[in-house]
Amino acid sequence: MPYTLNVNGKSVTADVPADMPLLWVLRDVLDLRGTKFGCGLGQCGACTVHLRGNAVRSCQTTVAAAAGGAITTIEGLSPDGTHPLQRAWEELDVPQCGYCQAGQIMSAAALLRRNPRPTDADIDLAMSGNLCRCATYTRIREAIHKAAGNNVTATTAEVIR
Amino acid sequence: MKRRDFLRATALAGGGMMIAIYLDPADVLGQEGSRAPAGGASYKPWAFLKIGPDGKVTILGKNPEGGQGAKIHLPMIIADELDVDWKDVTVENAPLDEQSFGIQRTGGSTATPINFDPLRQCGAAARQMLIAAAAQTWGVQAPECTTASGRVRHAASNRTLGYGELASKAAALPTPDLKTVTLKDPKDYTVIGSPARNQDVPKIVRGEPLYAIDTKLPGMLYAAYEKCPVPGGKVATANIDEIKRLPGVRNAFIVPGGPDLTYTYPACCIGVSLHGGVAIVADTWWHAQQARAKLKATWNEGPTASNSTELFNKRAQELSQQPPHIKLYNDGDVDGALKGAAKTVEAAYYYPFLAHAPLEPQNCTAHYKDGKLEVWVGTQTPREGRQVIAQSLGMNESDITVHFVRMGGGFGRRILNDYMAEAAWIAREMNGTPVKLLWSRQDDLTHDFYRPAGYHFFKAGLDASGRIVAWNQHYVAFGEGEKFAPNTAIGGASFPAGFIPNFSFNASLMPMGIPTGPLRAPGTNGTTFVYQGFIDELAVASGKDPVEFRLALLDTPRTLLPNTRDAFNAQRAKGVLRLAAEKSGWGKRQLPKGTAMGVAFLYAHLGYFAEIAEVSVDAQNRVKVNKVWVAADIGSEVINPLNAQHQVQGSVIDGMGAVMAQETTFVNGRAQQATFNEHRLIRMNQAPKDIEVHFLKTNNPPTGLGEPALPPIIPAITNAIYAATGKRIRSIPIGKQGFSWA
Repeated sequence: MPYTLNVNGKSVTADVPADMPLLWVLRDVLDLRGTKFGCGLGQCGACTVHLRGNAVRSCQTTVAAAAGGAITTIEGLSPDGTHPLQRAWEELDVPQCGYCQAGQIMSAAALLRRNPRPTDADIDLAMSGNLCRCATYTRIREAIHKAAGNNVTATTAEVIR
Repeated sequence: MKRRDFLRATALAGGGMMIAIYLDPADVLGQEGSRAPAGGASYKPWAFLKIGPDGKVTILGKNPEGGQGAKIHLPMIIADELDVDWKDVTVENAPLDEQSFGIQRTGGSTATPINFDPLRQCGAAARQMLIAAAAQTWGVQAPECTTASGRVRHAASNRTLGYGELASKAAALPTPDLKTVTLKDPKDYTVIGSPARNQDVPKIVRGEPLYAIDTKLPGMLYAAYEKCPVPGGKVATANIDEIKRLPGVRNAFIVPGGPDLTYTYPACCIGVSLHGGVAIVADTWWHAQQARAKLKATWNEGPTASNSTELFNKRAQELSQQPPHIKLYNDGDVDGALKGAAKTVEAAYYYPFLAHAPLEPQNCTAHYKDGKLEVWVGTQTPREGRQVIAQSLGMNESDITVHFVRMGGGFGRRILNDYMAEAAWIAREMNGTPVKLLWSRQDDLTHDFYRPAGYHFFKAGLDASGRIVAWNQHYVAFGEGEKFAPNTAIGGASFPAGFIPNFSFNASLMPMGIPTGPLRAPGTNGTTFVYQGFIDELAVASGKDPVEFRLALLDTPRTLLPNTRDAFNAQRAKGVLRLAAEKSGWGKRQLPKGTAMGVAFLYAHLGYFAEIAEVSVDAQNRVKVNKVWVAADIGSEVINPLNAQHQVQGSVIDGMGAVMAQETTFVNGRAQQATFNEHRLIRMNQAPKDIEVHFLKTNNPPTGLGEPALPPIIPAITNAIYAATGKRIRSIPIGKQGFSWA
């Protein structure tokens, strides 16, 4: 049946089964391919989007559950790609393969919204659902601190300087 | 070196120039070790750069990129010799064209050693031609001209011209012999050795489509592919008609599969056959997967269905009690030396089968039309992928176009291109309609080419002074007769062979029937744990400090494999050991109870790495890696220090995953770990906050580091656990032995 979705501030319609995961509606129906598929089981976080302001795994969220709530994907995180996290990710050259990073950024953005100055422990808690196979964790942590305006002391910043 | 290198310059439409470099194929292939030439005698490697009339420089990244960074650091080499500012350089992906670009392959940490000299010459030759064009324009002598930041300058008359203004003229000039081009003095490098960011990051953080999984073609359908749970098995029956009637399904059919799938000895890379299975093609991948859940298939599982890890373990124990089948390396008289030893130490070590699990599941989009095939794919070996398709479908390679795009990780998995053959077969069946084949995570973890397990049985003898006088090693691996199964062979003459007077290294093989292949740092990602763990035991038995013990071992004169690619330079190994020890404060810091440091080193892929881990273990055997120090000698230059640090830090954390929780076990021929709950990667809360990376620059050719940085962390951690707890780790993963992350 047709579902009306609010994606990145726009109202869109998808005529799909009620139990179709939001991930596949976004990727295969709405052509928003920035949200990634990594496991389909909610174990890796690559598919993280915001639903009603919360970070959710879009592979575990049905289109029926998402309808009616504001959905934000990586494409809509900021109008021009300059969210502080996006800028920090660029500045610190966070990604390696880059595949998980949309999900990492969406999880981090949800964290900063509710906790603008997170500690390392806050970051551990908020980000441990997002796997990075290349293991860019040291820089993800650093970039979140940078976006939050915390002091950045780790090694990547030193190399860039 | 009998290089027959030459250059070709071409004027670009609209002005500007394009320059190409050719190398004698034998030189490049020689550096690639045993790899068979992909294109035979007509193989002509080159590399490209383009200079536009506006002075903007475009350099093509020739190799597949999946996070290892070669897309940036290879063009940096050209840019430096060309004498342009890196900010004026745009990197573009090269298309698949090995006739033009040489080997286009990601693997073996070979990008730097293969390409460093040729790309320097390419940049320097272009610079020389631009100078010649300027000199001609001004009527002055070329040696009076200098270059900087993309401009040629004649100081005496205080005139300058930009490369963009000179490019068309330069392209028409005779091209210099590469042997005659003047290369920069390394002290004058401005790009090499300066941190450069990955130019794809702005696209990555905005979610732009970059990966093969993001491919979308008009009218494209999506495919799921169910294979036999026993790798190599074939479909017996399937409820195809029922599947075809399910919602969103456009087609379903049986793929018979290739002839030889017992996986005893497929030649690496090319010897991949098409797996038989059931293809389901639907409007979305989710529809295909929903239909797949209703698939009822029976399988001819084939001869490997009785394989199990338990049986492998049992057989390995039996073989360890019998004389070895294969002699790999022998020095002196081991039996005599063991009899005369003041102390002997025995130990059995084990590492498991291991999956790669790149985060982007395998996928390939294929479009077959009018006898031609076009595919979009993330692969480390696009050329071999094209060959696999050609073999599997009986097509000519010339009828197949491969577009290789950014990979969501490789780690060696994408050296083997089984998913390309599957997508191609399905696309031909769907003649005219493009199809994207996507694997589930479960497909990936249960149909990998696994890092093979290995069993090592040691007996060593120490003399009264604590020196190793005898080393007897029986390696039980997989294969048949004297033929090792893929990626199980270990070079007999590798460290510590040659450093111990009485040395015996032998092997026995048992049949395997499980697909195996290269995983990041193939050949050493398991054995480094084994060697550096057992050496640590010997250090303890000798009463010596583990760093001092290793340094003393490296003092033995080395005579093996001189003047070859595998020549091991003990001085360089000592250099990184000393540096890691110094930076970590080894032996100089008071650590609390339950906290200790462990050390290991490795020479592999032409690089030397020593790693020290400080680890805490609590009373519940919860392990925390507090900090890691890495010392690396990858030669005279670290081309992109930013990416180099990324690679090393990522290697350390990746290796931690192998320490604690990762393995693939088999029951009835089936892989038992299918999700990230069973194949556990390191997560943010387990990753050390500080991994110090130090480079020891030595007067040796620059080499790569994406692989050799990984293996030493495994024994560094397990040796630290021993030092902290007295519990010696002889098999990984340690999660099975009561340990967990703190």
